Amino acid sequence: MSDPLVKLERVTFRYGERTVLDQCDLAISPAERIGLVGANGSGKTTLLGLIVGLRRPALGRVIVFGKPREREADFRAVRGRVGLLFQDSDDQLFCPTVAEDVAFGPFNLGKSRREVEEIVARTLAELGLEGYAHRVTYKLSGGEKRLVALATVLAMEPEVLLLDEPTAGLDETAAERVTGILAGLPQAMLIVSHDHPFLARIAGRTLCLRHGRLQEAS
Amino acid sequence: MHRTADGPALLDRIDPRSRILAAIAFALVVSVVNRPPALLAALACAFVSAAFSGVGPRDMLRRLAPLNVFMLLLVALMPLSSGGRQLGTVGPFPYGADGLRLALTIAAKGNAIVLLLIALAGSLDINTVGHAMSHFRVPDKLTHLLLFTVRYLDVLRREYHRLRVAIEVRAFRPGVNMHTYRTYGRLAGMLLVRSLDRSERVVAAMKCRGFHGHFYLLDHFHYSRRDALFAAVAAAILAGIARLEWL
Ligand SMILES: Nc1ncnc2c1ncn2[C@@H]1O[C@H](COP(=O)(O)OP(=O)(O)OP(=O)(O)O)[C@@H](O)[C@H]1O
Ligand SMILES: [Mg+2]
Repeated sequence: MSDPLVKLERVTFRYGERTVLDQCDLAISPAERIGLVGANGSGKTTLLGLIVGLRRPALGRVIVFGKPREREADFRAVRGRVGLLFQDSDDQLFCPTVAEDVAFGPFNLGKSRREVEEIVARTLAELGLEGYAHRVTYKLSGGEKRLVALATVLAMEPEVLLLDEPTAGLDETAAERVTGILAGLPQAMLIVSHDHPFLARIAGRTLCLRHGRLQEAS
Repeated sequence: MHRTADGPALLDRIDPRSRILAAIAFALVVSVVNRPPALLAALACAFVSAAFSGVGPRDMLRRLAPLNVFMLLLVALMPLSSGGRQLGTVGPFPYGADGLRLALTIAAKGNAIVLLLIALAGSLDINTVGHAMSHFRVPDKLTHLLLFTVRYLDVLRREYHRLRVAIEVRAFRPGVNMHTYRTYGRLAGMLLVRSLDRSERVVAAMKCRGFHGHFYLLDHFHYSRRDALFAAVAAAILAGIARLEWL
């Protein structure tokens, strides 16, 4: 088996007194699609944050792309290659217009203007968001924001996708479309969702976060 | 006039930077001219521009209304007890020609400037203004501040509404009592904490997308022949108005 892209080794994380992750282990191999379930407040969002260094473990190691990551500088290199879809799209979208928001990541990766414009158009088209380019992000509906947030992540063409409830708030058509898109992507993914049929269709295996540890869910 | 079937209105196709500059120049010139021919020319120019702008007549009137309520007040009150030929009396007060002329001058100036500002800049949304600012070499930080303020004012407003609704659905009725004050205090406190929290998460989102201090504005304005023509016409009109005043 090839080396995992993302590996958590006995990671412990606490918010003050409350231990959210307790010596938790995880490995994501290339092209693997893992579902992540767990009760509200079990620490799923926290776990995703740990992988991209938005939070630091109290104990244990975070290994991404084969290197242990500890400091901010280590994670800076990670973030261009690991895409995180936030649970709340309002946290994710901050540019005035949709096109600018989608362009933000690719520009930061050093793409040229022409390449970026091409990426923006293609990504929006893939998600059925043609005609949204010049819409103002804060005036979009909740579901539209969700799709645009997904576009901002996909536009960076990350090697690993961490998706925090990608289909939450989407109507059937949009959810179906997102499922189709995700199923067609080659990247490794960790997908948080409470939608079990969705996970059954898209994820190879599903893990459950309980009492700070991950177990295979039946 | 209004947004026509064949694309944006004539003035809306002009580069926003030229429009903003022209509006500023016009406001400067009109604010110093005083002679009736110059003022009439300025008003006429403002009306014609308004006709070619993307702002509909109803919107235009709505935006001009507050100004003109004030102007009506001026026309009514300023001539009272003013000098010049006496036009009549209102009760015990003489109604003087000098005052009327002054009031009308101010009304003409005010309307011309505001009308033209609306015609030239009224159809720009705040984002375009932000972009134009960055092109005028307004410091990046200020531009970002503007763009972020616009974005997050709305998040704040929504956060506020969410809290508001949350307390109202639980039968909160404001009154003059301790419970009301305490509730409002909590509301304000929560709003601040939540917004702070929100801003931290946004920074996180930006970091996740490789942010390192520079914003890229996707909309690049292109300076075209049309803009050069617009600048020439605007300059000619301003020169004309100045000529009516000073020659
Ligand atoms: N910034 C924070 N400060 C303190 N405690 C926090 C913070 N963020 C989350 N928590 C707590 O940590 C626990 C895990 O939160 P997390 O957001 O990871 O849960 P989750 O599994 O994503 O839940 P959900 O399914 O509701 O999204 C919760 O009990 C939560 O109250
Ligand atoms: Mg969560």
